[in-house]
Amino acid sequence: MEKMSRVTTALSGNALTGRTMHCHLDAPANAISVCRDAAQVVVAGRSIFKIFAIEEEQFVEKLNLRVGRKPSLNLSCADVVWHQMDENLLATAATNGVVVTWNLGRPSRNKQDQLFTEHKRTVNKVCFHPTEAHVLLSGSQDGFMKCFDLRRKDSVSTFSGQSESVRDVQFSIRDYFTFASTFENGNVQLWDIRRPDRCERMFTAHNGPVFCCDWHPEDRGWLATGGRDKMVKVWDMTTHRAKEMHCVQTIASVARVKWRPECRHHLATCSMMVDHNIYVWDVRRPFVPAAMFEEHRDVTTGIAWRHPHDPSFLLSGSKDSTLCQHLFRDASQPVERANPEGLCYGLFGDLAFAAKESLVAAESGRKPYTGDRRHPIFFKRKLDPAEPFSGLASSALNVFEIEPGGGSMSWFVDTAERYALAGRPLAELCDHNAKVARELGRNQVAQTWTMLRIIYCSPGLVPSANLNHSVGKGSSCGLPLMNSFNLKDMAPGLGSETRLDRSKGDTRSDTVLLDSSATLITNEDNEETEGSDVPTDYLLGDVEGEEDELYPLDPEHVNPEEPEYVLPQEAFPLRHEIVDTPSGPEHLQDKADSPHVSGNEADAASLAPVDSSFSLLSISHALYDSRLPPDFFSVLVCDMLRFYAEQGDVQMAVSVLIVLGERVRKDIDEQTQEHWYTSYIDLLQRFRLWNVSNEVVKLSTSQAVSCLNQASTTLHVNCSHCKRPMSSRGWVCDRCHRCASMCAVCHHVVKGLFVWCQGCSHGGHLQHIMKWLEGSSHCPAGCGHLCEYS
Amino acid sequence: DKRIRVSQPLTRGPSAFIPEKEVVQANTVDERTNLLVEEYSTSGRLDNITQVMSLHTQYLESFLRSQFYMLRMDGPLPLPHRHYIAIMAAARHQCSYLINMHVDEFLKTGGIAEWLNGLEYVPQRLKNLNEINKLLAHRPWLITKEHIQKLVKTGENNWSLPELVHAVVLLTHYHALASFVFGSGINPERDPEISNGFRIISVNNFCVCDLANDNNIENASLAGNNFGIVDSLSELEALMERMKRLQEEREDEDTSQEEMTTRFEKEKKESLFVVSGDTFHSFPHSDFDDDMIITSDVSRYIEDPGYGYEDFARRGEEHLPTFRAQDYTWENHGFSLVNRLYSDIGHLLDEKFRMVYNLTYNTMATHEDVDTTTLRRALFNYVHCMFGIRYDDYDYGEVNQLLERSLKVYIKTVTCYPERTTKRMYDSYWRQFKHSEKVHVNLLLMEARMQAELLYALRAITRHLT
Repeated sequence: MEKMSRVTTALSGNALTGRTMHCHLDAPANAISVCRDAAQVVVAGRSIFKIFAIEEEQFVEKLNLRVGRKPSLNLSCADVVWHQMDENLLATAATNGVVVTWNLGRPSRNKQDQLFTEHKRTVNKVCFHPTEAHVLLSGSQDGFMKCFDLRRKDSVSTFSGQSESVRDVQFSIRDYFTFASTFENGNVQLWDIRRPDRCERMFTAHNGPVFCCDWHPEDRGWLATGGRDKMVKVWDMTTHRAKEMHCVQTIASVARVKWRPECRHHLATCSMMVDHNIYVWDVRRPFVPAAMFEEHRDVTTGIAWRHPHDPSFLLSGSKDSTLCQHLFRDASQPVERANPEGLCYGLFGDLAFAAKESLVAAESGRKPYTGDRRHPIFFKRKLDPAEPFSGLASSALNVFEIEPGGGSMSWFVDTAERYALAGRPLAELCDHNAKVARELGRNQVAQTWTMLRIIYCSPGLVPSANLNHSVGKGSSCGLPLMNSFNLKDMAPGLGSETRLDRSKGDTRSDTVLLDSSATLITNEDNEETEGSDVPTDYLLGDVEGEEDELYPLDPEHVNPEEPEYVLPQEAFPLRHEIVDTPSGPEHLQDKADSPHVSGNEADAASLAPVDSSFSLLSISHALYDSRLPPDFFSVLVCDMLRFYAEQGDVQMAVSVLIVLGERVRKDIDEQTQEHWYTSYIDLLQRFRLWNVSNEVVKLSTSQAVSCLNQASTTLHVNCSHCKRPMSSRGWVCDRCHRCASMCAVCHHVVKGLFVWCQGCSHGGHLQHIMKWLEGSSHCPAGCGHLCEYS
Repeated sequence: DKRIRVSQPLTRGPSAFIPEKEVVQANTVDERTNLLVEEYSTSGRLDNITQVMSLHTQYLESFLRSQFYMLRMDGPLPLPHRHYIAIMAAARHQCSYLINMHVDEFLKTGGIAEWLNGLEYVPQRLKNLNEINKLLAHRPWLITKEHIQKLVKTGENNWSLPELVHAVVLLTHYHALASFVFGSGINPERDPEISNGFRIISVNNFCVCDLANDNNIENASLAGNNFGIVDSLSELEALMERMKRLQEEREDEDTSQEEMTTRFEKEKKESLFVVSGDTFHSFPHSDFDDDMIITSDVSRYIEDPGYGYEDFARRGEEHLPTFRAQDYTWENHGFSLVNRLYSDIGHLLDEKFRMVYNLTYNTMATHEDVDTTTLRRALFNYVHCMFGIRYDDYDYGEVNQLLERSLKVYIKTVTCYPERTTKRMYDSYWRQFKHSEKVHVNLLLMEARMQAELLYALRAITRHLT
């Protein structure tokens, strides 16, 4: 009601009232126009031409202008416009190219006034001058715009669009002599009505036809255009070159655009095809419409604001043969249904997270920003009352920063580059990968590889000396390099099963929290989220504290530095067997007495761990030899893979999956595999390890993954002559029709690999150039350059 | 061998209508064509269609590009399906040339050879396409949203909309191309395989037989009509005179709207008699009746082979309202829909239509600097007129003034039942014009036909969507 009272003042006492309503027409409408008194609307179409009075509760048909028994094509209207100065004056554009004016003041039944038959093709648009009573402008398919003086029988002047069809013409509201016209080829022209010889200005606004344009009612020089390319653009014409100020991307080609009165940044659009709704956009928020009217069942063909100073009433006509009045307060607001949440990683592993302000506000008191870098930094935008949708869909942004140095992922890159995944016997692959892991200080991983080798390869092949050596080496040099990731890996391995379960549980609940975004991410969320990708040292203290508590309860699990490469295997694949053997527990118990060392201290040079691993390995040998079928371990191995994946080390999971191939693949369901593959590939690509990622794609057995490198295999090149992009084939330029890449040696077109010297830019077939360079180091093209190839 | 047996062409060169040297001469000069072929050809060789089209290189480029896109580039349908659809489309007009070409391509792209035994061997889903193939080819105005719904909503064999649009684009393209093939008398490809002992058996009812017919008739008709060179020269002058008058005096002439409507109706009705009369004279044995014998070779790709074009005008307007061009245009509506469901094809087709509509060398026969806009528009709109599409802003009286009867016969035959085109028809209109100009006419007819079919199909899809 408050709004209504404001409307009343704006209209100087002549308040508009009404409700959302519609009335059925007999035929589809092509265009509508409102009388200046805001009480009548004219609807025109192929077989309809009527004037309706807009009453409080309904539309009432006032006048049918289609008279005569067999109406002629002159009445088949493509467009209609009502003069904004003279209530009795209307003009229509007919599909057969005739422009007709109508005088409602005529006493006879036939109100037709004048007939202009100057256009050869369909007239797409007619437009009255906003202040002059007698000036009418038309734009036609034949590429001409004509200006008529209604006191004369034919046009005063003709403007040529160079045989491009004119889609819309609009007089500027502010500049007396200016009008804009839009064209089928995407151009917009600005004309001075006094100078028909050439346009004042021309620019390309859209790709494809520009269907409509509208001058801003208040801002001089603002022009909105809508095109078949599904865009609405707002141009500032006051500057030297037309400047694109805003761009709204809609979902279908834009048929009409109309600025909303009294709302500087709002405009209404409807589309030509497929989409039947009317949208009101705030051009500053181009992604979500401010309001949406969904009444029509077929495309909307005409929209008009009822009164030039009332922003709440919109009229529309449609192909579904209805005329509608929409009230702004009844519009549906997509913003209300919007989900203003987002999550994104930064370049250096920072995490930004936006959630609805109302949700975050409740939590923010609990977790204030304390200066600790691990805590979220909390942004809250100052509310700007002028800003659209304020309060409706604003989000609070949290940024979680990473501890400097803690996020180093060099181990990941190194591992990815150095792992061998195929092409050698399994045993060698395992050994190689174990070695790589060990050299990077990832001892648990290294040990896993060794174990895998033992499980899946014939036992006699493990040279114990080698094992000894490598494990010893790992323990001495590995630890200093070790980063927090390993520690995190270690944590569940160290703990008993309960600990593992707990951590799993945590992860799950965290995920829930993240998904629902119901709360601010707590500290734990923080570590978990980052841990999945970029672990922090922060974990260390936390986890270790719990470890300490656990030790007394669990005599099996000892020395926190060693279990990294011993116990994980024990905790998972071999646990039961170890319990059986008498030596195991004793041995480990000894270890429990050794000083407790935190992961980053590198004093693990003692021989004890070597012993322990050695003994364990011997045990597994025996087990394998004696009676177990080869697939006995596959369940455990699968558990192990899942464990790694859950820990965020999807690299390990995928690498093992590839290396073991058929041996384990069948035990893990396709979807999980696919999920691992895609996450690993995604990670690799983030680190720009294209070759590795492609290798992984190639080696994957999952259908969905292996087709990844089949897509977008195009390499775009520019022509060496005209510098334009070569769209179809790499060796022929579409524009200058020359072969772009000639081999300097054989003078033929190079269609495959083209190698060239970056100094003189001559080159050719890879083989030819290689052969040439064996004999001479000068450029084969004879340019005298001493070519260098890397 | 699944190829259809075709009799040996009687003439050498790519076309039976155009002397070999006309085409070949143009070709050797044109480097550009070879580049284009290298870029876009799917068969990897300069086939006869391309050779003839290369008389208009500008157009050839957009043609090849769009054809390459719909056959080879990203699209919702698998490659072999695309070729099979092309075969189905070409089979509607018994165009053995296109069928053979795509049988090869179909097998090359990994299609299942068994499908080539006929429609009963293909999956139900492809078979379902048969109905709209038939309608599109002969009576596109009968396509309704129910046809679309049936395809889209039949459960397990259903078509997704993007797939359907792709299929429709292919169907219309190959119907239209069949028109071009027959209209320009494209000869079968000389196949290297032929030498390996496979004897070509002459089969009736293909273009060769038409040619044979011609040879018998030609002399008689020539003698009978007695077209002298002087006559046709003055004919040309008269035509140009009329074009000029139409361009200049358009404004003075003030015809009532009722008159305009009647002119459209008249043109429509006349088109009805235009050909039937001629066909009657040309083929007194009426071997081209609906129940004409089609070799099983071709008919295995289609059902209901007797279904053919029926004059739009004959149907009576109360049942079938005229398609008002302004209510559903390619630029506004067709493009948006096609591009939405099958991305980028819209731009390619748009460019092709624009290209063919605007293509001109400003020449007519021996005259230069002629504005041929009215003539081109008359050709384009006359084709649409026969498919029941009417332009409000066009005076169909122009058609009558610009297109002579023999040309109308040719147009009607080429667009509605191209398989009946004969060399006599091709020769009998515009005697003074160059062959390249006649090919230009064929291009216009082909694209106009494709657009007409496409408009009807897309309108049905739009109605299904709303």
